[in-house]
Amino acid sequence: MSTSFHLNGAAVAAPIAPEASLLAALRGPLGLSGTRFGCGAEQCGACLVLVDDHPQFACTLPVSAVAGRRVTTVEGLGTPDSPHPVQRALLELQAGQCGFCLSGIQIRAVALLRETPRPSEDQVRAALEPHLCRCGSHNRILRAILRAAEEMAPMEAAPRGATP
Amino acid sequence: MNLAFLGPQPADGRPKLPGSLQVNRRLDQWLRMLPEGAVVLTPGKVELGQGILTALAQIAAEELDVALPRIRVQAAATPTSPDEAVTSGSLSVQESGMAIRHACAEARGIFVGVIAQRSGVSREDIVVRDGDFVAPDGRVLGSYWSLAEAALLAVEATPDATPKRADQRRVTGTSAARLDLPEKVFGAPRFIQDLRLPGMLHARMVRPAARGAKLVSLRDGALPNGATIHRDGSFLAVLAPEEHEAEAAALRVAARAEWAVRDTLPDHTESWLAGAPGEASTVLDRVAETPEPAHRVSGRFFRPFVTHASIGTCCALAQWDGARMRIWSHSQGIYNLRADLVKAMHLPAEAFHIQHVEGAGCYGHNGADDVALEAALLARAHPGVPVRVLWSRAEELGWGPVSPAMLVDVAAEADAEGTLLRWTQHVTSNGHSGRPGRGALPTLLAASILAEPFAVPNAINPPLAGGGGAQRNAVPGYAIPALHVGMTHLAEMPVRTSALRGLGALANVWAIESVMDEMAAKAGADPLAYRLRQMEDARARDVLTRAAEMANWSGRVKREGFGLGLAVARYKGTGAWCAAVAEIEAAERVFCRRLWLAADVGEVINPDGTLNQIEGGAIQATSLCLLEQVRHDARNVLAGSWEDYPILRFSEVPQVEATLVARPEAPPLGAGECSMGPVIGAIANAIADALDIRLRHWPFTPENIAKAIEPTCPN
Ligand code: FES
Ligand code: FES
Repeated sequence: MSTSFHLNGAAVAAPIAPEASLLAALRGPLGLSGTRFGCGAEQCGACLVLVDDHPQFACTLPVSAVAGRRVTTVEGLGTPDSPHPVQRALLELQAGQCGFCLSGIQIRAVALLRETPRPSEDQVRAALEPHLCRCGSHNRILRAILRAAEEMAPMEAAPRGATP
Repeated sequence: MNLAFLGPQPADGRPKLPGSLQVNRRLDQWLRMLPEGAVVLTPGKVELGQGILTALAQIAAEELDVALPRIRVQAAATPTSPDEAVTSGSLSVQESGMAIRHACAEARGIFVGVIAQRSGVSREDIVVRDGDFVAPDGRVLGSYWSLAEAALLAVEATPDATPKRADQRRVTGTSAARLDLPEKVFGAPRFIQDLRLPGMLHARMVRPAARGAKLVSLRDGALPNGATIHRDGSFLAVLAPEEHEAEAAALRVAARAEWAVRDTLPDHTESWLAGAPGEASTVLDRVAETPEPAHRVSGRFFRPFVTHASIGTCCALAQWDGARMRIWSHSQGIYNLRADLVKAMHLPAEAFHIQHVEGAGCYGHNGADDVALEAALLARAHPGVPVRVLWSRAEELGWGPVSPAMLVDVAAEADAEGTLLRWTQHVTSNGHSGRPGRGALPTLLAASILAEPFAVPNAINPPLAGGGGAQRNAVPGYAIPALHVGMTHLAEMPVRTSALRGLGALANVWAIESVMDEMAAKAGADPLAYRLRQMEDARARDVLTRAAEMANWSGRVKREGFGLGLAVARYKGTGAWCAAVAEIEAAERVFCRRLWLAADVGEVINPDGTLNQIEGGAIQATSLCLLEQVRHDARNVLAGSWEDYPILRFSEVPQVEATLVARPEAPPLGAGECSMGPVIGAIANAIADALDIRLRHWPFTPENIAKAIEPTCPN
């Protein structure tokens, strides 16, 4: 009883019932707790992961659905020595209080910036709509994602969207 | 509400010491040196996402003269950490910070004294450079680290230490980066929900079908692999080796449980508040003869039950070895939790070793303590096996303590110019503190449903001198000759209530600042000028003037569908000052588009962290007043998911500009809660500016706005 897939670049087999959620597999047998449980109902975004580069709620996705696919979690984005630009920007702007919402938000930001490298502030807000933050860190998070966008696409002449 | 609430200290003849040092006097309770060149700081206050550990580390680095990265802040644990009661009420810098400032200054003096004696260099000539003690000729005479084993801090603090003057500080007053944030950004296992112990069982509670329901019977049936049931009266839980199996088992068991239910919750919260029995008291009474008024404003302000709505759900782990109960908890007050566990479990205090582990932001007393008792009860039934309990979203929104529904009745009188003559304010509410550890009975959720149950103690309102509860900020900060403030503390508590960020201040400031605006309008005065001329407190005037400037209040232009409003308050009447200007847009519903905030929190340890807190409080307050109310029927709180209890989402979040009035010489006052009341007041006043209606019902939804538009008797 196990499901095989690629997790943050490595082949893994999750020894868990196929109907268990991907979130349960990640936080349980796979030992990666960076993906958070917040609601279990696709209402808060805390559990967001990338499946083949597309954002998915891990809380409702059966682990069997990712068999053979590529899953990226927050642990796969960067490390303290080699942070993802989104992570670097979040830290530079101290964009978080308790930080519980940040894993899912980072995944969303990475997905957004892949599709829309120079988003406007409104586009970032719209992309983050499925995510809840109770600490009120929203504005800093928005600024951090816009800053990361700038860093990641330095070649373009001028930002399209509003930057603070 | 913390140490202040304990009242005057025993007159044991010992000298008064700053903050929590007064009741935890040994220096080695607070810090110790490590030979490898680090300082371990052991505060009793805990990290809630507010950045307190970083601020405390800055204070220690400052006074010890060591580089900030050398400070390791250890999370609180019983029985070794100083007992600093609860991390709440914007008091952590005052209580813990000032204790650490003093303890570290004294520690520095002790070490320098020993080095001076040993080296013959006079102590005045010794400079401390990143933990090294340096003589005038540049020789390094020793260090904290070389003396780490000397037990120099195994002494009581004295009042003699002299911390640095404001102009000597280099580390505090700067925006050091949060020590805990990198792990949270990189997804490292730092939260309590991430903790895994070998051989651990996952547990889920099966909640009663209604408030106060009794478990009558439980049908037998199959359970997932290895799952078991634990029952003690109406306390019902399932345990399983795998988390998803515990979840599946809980659903099955819930379907097999039969409960005796009855109606316990009021039909209509507002009428219940108005009619329920309670104890009335006077908060403040200032008698004065006043002339016949030219203007009168009165109103009844209603605020529903609201709740903490943490993004992470409550969690605890416990392990019982027959004599010792180890608990891992995100409680805001581990000693207070211990006190209630002692009562609920009939075990001695020494049996409990409680380790604080960070959780998601809690914003007050949520279910963190409740889940710790649940884990401990289950662990006791499974000796040797660690048990982890995690709440569901429905439990988080529906079963933790809620913040009380409130009525605030205000009547104000003014002369023809609008100058206030008389003000009465009466607050009706349940208690705002049901925190554990303060009464004869445990306040923890499970205690009342065990086979040998405890009665549910009524939540309290601490006295105003301790910060107050329902009456917090019920005393207006304006010059008013005749003033009467009263409170009715309700005797019955249909839903368990306790502390939520700001306590009664949110409703009181909303009411006061609404009435001030109405009175200004009657007198034909500008709301800013009207307030300024009746405020004697210069620091209040400063923040209000500043916020108004930031928002270009005097140059504001009326725009169709938009409104601008302002409000100001000094939190608790003794804490930080904050003024807010809000711009709202009245579309299909009300959106707050912009906020300008000016705050005076006295000395600022970490400006960026303080601004983060002030902005966070402002956004949370926006969410609370525009969207939030706990709904219930006669039997249950109806909050199964975020759809039942919506909070502000990214598209609705206002832009925020916040600034701090610098007061480096003034005592620090805490920042986490000061912006909330003023933001709600400012939003209400902005709605009035846009729509020409006065809201008396929270939340400010289209439904409640419609209620305000219906013609009522003029008052
Ligand atoms: S936990 Fe998946 S969206 Fe909330
Ligand atoms: S930082 Fe706490 S929920 Fe977003």
